[in-house]
Amino acid sequence: MSFEPQSLLWILLVPLLGAIGIALANSRVNLREGVTLFTACALIGLVFNWVPALLDGQQPYLHLITLAPGLEIALRLEPLGMLFACLASGLWLVNSVYSIGYMRGNQEKHQTRFYICFAIAISAAMGIAMAENLLTLFIFYEVLTLSTYPLVAHKGNENAKEQARVYLGILLTTSIGLLLPAMFYIYSQTGTLAFTHGGIFKGDIEGPAVGLLLLMMVFGVGKAAVMPVHKWLPAAMVAPTPVSALLHAVAVVKAGVFTVTKLIVYIFGADYLFTQPGTNWLIPLACFTIIAASVVALKQNNLKRMLAYSTIAQLSYVVLAAALLTPLGQVGTALHMLAHAFGKITLFFAAGAIYVASRKTDISQLNGIGYRMPVTMIAFAIGALSMIGLPPTAGAVSKWWILGGAIDSGIWLVVLTLALSTALNCAYFLPVVYRAFFMEEDHKPQQDHKEAPWPMVVALSTTAVLCLGFFFFNEVAIKLETLMLRPPL
Amino acid sequence: MTLLSHLPALLVVVPMAVAPLVAVLPSRSRFGYVLATLTAGLTFVIAILLSQQVAAEGAMAYEMGSWPVPFGIGLMVTPFSAAMALIISGGSLVSLLWGAKSLDSEMGREHHALFLSCWLLASSGLLGIVVTADAFNAFVFMEISSLASYVLVAAGPKRQSLTAAFKYLVTGSLGATFYLIGVGYLYMMTGTLNFDDLTARLPEVSETTPVLIASGFIMLGLALKAAVFPMHAWMPSAYQFAPTPIAIFFAASSTKVALFLLIKIDYLVLQPNLSDHAFLFSTILMPMATLAFLVGSSVAIFSKDLKRMLGYSSVAQIGYILIASSLVTSAGLTAAIVHIFNHALIKSALFMAVGCLFWRFGTSNIQDLAGAAKVMPFTMAGFVVAGLSLIGVPLTAGFISKVTLIQALLELGSLGFILLSLVLISSLMAVIYIWRVVEVTYFGKPVESSPSALKGEAPWPMLVTLWVLVLANIYFGIEPSLPLGLAGGEVKLLLGGPQE
Repeated sequence: MSFEPQSLLWILLVPLLGAIGIALANSRVNLREGVTLFTACALIGLVFNWVPALLDGQQPYLHLITLAPGLEIALRLEPLGMLFACLASGLWLVNSVYSIGYMRGNQEKHQTRFYICFAIAISAAMGIAMAENLLTLFIFYEVLTLSTYPLVAHKGNENAKEQARVYLGILLTTSIGLLLPAMFYIYSQTGTLAFTHGGIFKGDIEGPAVGLLLLMMVFGVGKAAVMPVHKWLPAAMVAPTPVSALLHAVAVVKAGVFTVTKLIVYIFGADYLFTQPGTNWLIPLACFTIIAASVVALKQNNLKRMLAYSTIAQLSYVVLAAALLTPLGQVGTALHMLAHAFGKITLFFAAGAIYVASRKTDISQLNGIGYRMPVTMIAFAIGALSMIGLPPTAGAVSKWWILGGAIDSGIWLVVLTLALSTALNCAYFLPVVYRAFFMEEDHKPQQDHKEAPWPMVVALSTTAVLCLGFFFFNEVAIKLETLMLRPPL
Repeated sequence: MTLLSHLPALLVVVPMAVAPLVAVLPSRSRFGYVLATLTAGLTFVIAILLSQQVAAEGAMAYEMGSWPVPFGIGLMVTPFSAAMALIISGGSLVSLLWGAKSLDSEMGREHHALFLSCWLLASSGLLGIVVTADAFNAFVFMEISSLASYVLVAAGPKRQSLTAAFKYLVTGSLGATFYLIGVGYLYMMTGTLNFDDLTARLPEVSETTPVLIASGFIMLGLALKAAVFPMHAWMPSAYQFAPTPIAIFFAASSTKVALFLLIKIDYLVLQPNLSDHAFLFSTILMPMATLAFLVGSSVAIFSKDLKRMLGYSSVAQIGYILIASSLVTSAGLTAAIVHIFNHALIKSALFMAVGCLFWRFGTSNIQDLAGAAKVMPFTMAGFVVAGLSLIGVPLTAGFISKVTLIQALLELGSLGFILLSLVLISSLMAVIYIWRVVEVTYFGKPVESSPSALKGEAPWPMLVTLWVLVLANIYFGIEPSLPLGLAGGEVKLLLGGPQE
């Protein structure tokens, strides 16, 4: 394998070629799923191939198109993007295995469209991960929004279309109404949109404008789901579970917090941002989102909606960690993206497995289900522990770093929020585990059922193992992300 | 003199000379169509050669019959004229190519010869307006194109075409009359009709009442012709009920020509010579333009008919062009010219896609088109890309328009911010009305009653021309140097170099 920057382009193209292959295979279902799996494997090969080079401090760069001076379409792989690309491509493979079980087990319609849109969405996520500048990122951000709409509206009934409209409406309105003008303003003032170490604002934009731009950008990136622009995420839960699992726990929402982090680190410049007036609202807002979303999650009975609100809270952890501006916090940002992804995808996989096997969607129906589906529910328990942040799971690692950052920064509100939210997490996750294993079944289900189809069980076991494994083997990720703190070679 | 130096005249003369020929050809044969299309193609080639020459050597003057200019009629091809000539002749060519089948289905064969003859006359008139250097000559060409246009709109397949044409006729005649009154006053005060001569002589009489009145009449008359809000009512009806190829052609060119003349006369003749004129021009046009894009976009959201929706969307887009030109800055003028060019690409592609749907289903009512994307995937894919360009998504021509427009607005300070946010609101409304179509055609249940014989894509000539325009939208989104270069050249001419 080569280390030519041209291979960055292949990272974008391979999923798209996969989409074409899926379309050609259309009704030959085994071939079609074969294409998906093969494409996912090829993508993993291409993406992970770059990890050693990144660890050496390289940042491959590929210029594609110049629209005007300072307006370019270009790719650059840097540590945070590398992590995001690895995460999305790796979990795409696991999720595809799961999808096969779910979509067939549920006898869903329009499966070809489903796999095509999925592949396009992954390509867009790769584009976001590798974007060298804000314009490139914006383009792929919009492609991701548009390509996921058919996935959210997959069921095709009125309710699904209604919710999909909310999804699209919020994401497009915020990005075009807030992010785009902010981008234009920055371009008109600084003449560039490139992600630069230390930011591009110094000397060009200062004073209250910085605060206003921060506001426009944090809310303009609707995918980060900072309250009050979070409503699209619960709406997106009408989608089939594999979509909720990979896109609305990993690719789409991580694209959101990834964008916010990149904006803070590479556009505003972390050191510069909070020396300006009108920027000190971000940390309290993130804290508020964490607590409020957790409280709402506490009241949910639908399992997927509960997970959605939990995601909203967890995303604000990432935003919070990025806003702390301490080195520990920034590494925590990256680690939490990873840890939350492993945990949340496991939880969604479990929710989907429960639905396929037993048609149950509510938490109150889950009494005693642990005896029928032990593997699924053990995986669920591991995911829940990771969400709470207890060892030996991935969540413990990232929470440790964020907490370290919080103490370093001396902002006690953050420390308090972290503690309170951990308690809330316990309060809404542990009852589910308790119901599953320690309560008797209310009444026998109409159909006797065991575990879900094996591809789903394999997938959710894999991610549960990743959850545990990351607690012990996290050296590479931490090493990679500490590189983010240094200027590129 | 070589043939090349006669290009400005040939641009107008060729279609005008062929027009009567087409009219006398046997009505039911295909000759008329072939001849008209070949002529349109030749005109397009002339326009390309002309714009290459203008891009290389700057504005190009031409004297009709070698009569020196204040006595004879002069032509003047500036970069803006060249861009307009490209739009008009290109629009005429692609809509003829697109419309081969559609003309057969929308009107009887027996009308073809006269229809195509009028078509050539209309394009000749429009081309005449953009190359002439004489205010009265511009009026003559305006009348040639308008009279032919009324016939073209009235040739539509429905009875409402007649009322639409009548509305168009009344508004158009009013506009032309007002323009003529204005030109008459100018002539009375200066004794000349040539633009350059007018510019030279106006200072002596600049503060007199007749000149002020003249400027008012000219602005109002051209605003009527250009369908500037609130004088836009004729346009959506005309687009809705005209034969589809005409809607495509006019969407690309017709109102743009009036805007061209408005911008040209105002920037070239009036603003340098009337002390408050630039200020008046801004204060009158800016609110009208703002209302145009807000009202146009919101009416488009609620339009049931796709052609009508696109008509209102054009009202909004004309608002963008006007607000850019009302800034009276070099950035603003650049944005206006670039958007005139890009909007021609966008809107004709959209009309073509809707025309394909209309050709297949015999209707452009949005509810009847549910599920159409399953039957016509290539048409709808073209619609989506052109729609994205209309919204202004990066990598499309529309994005370049938005970038230049927003940069021009940001130069304005706090007023610019307010206008910018209004422009963005209007863009979001464009998202809504384009998305509405996407949702119905992609995710709607197909109408049961549609005859199965109607299943299938549009014929290939329609698809090919549609996709040529769609790809042009992408090409000019990635490589915008042609419109930007022409706009820059014009700005240098009118405002004396970019003020950077």
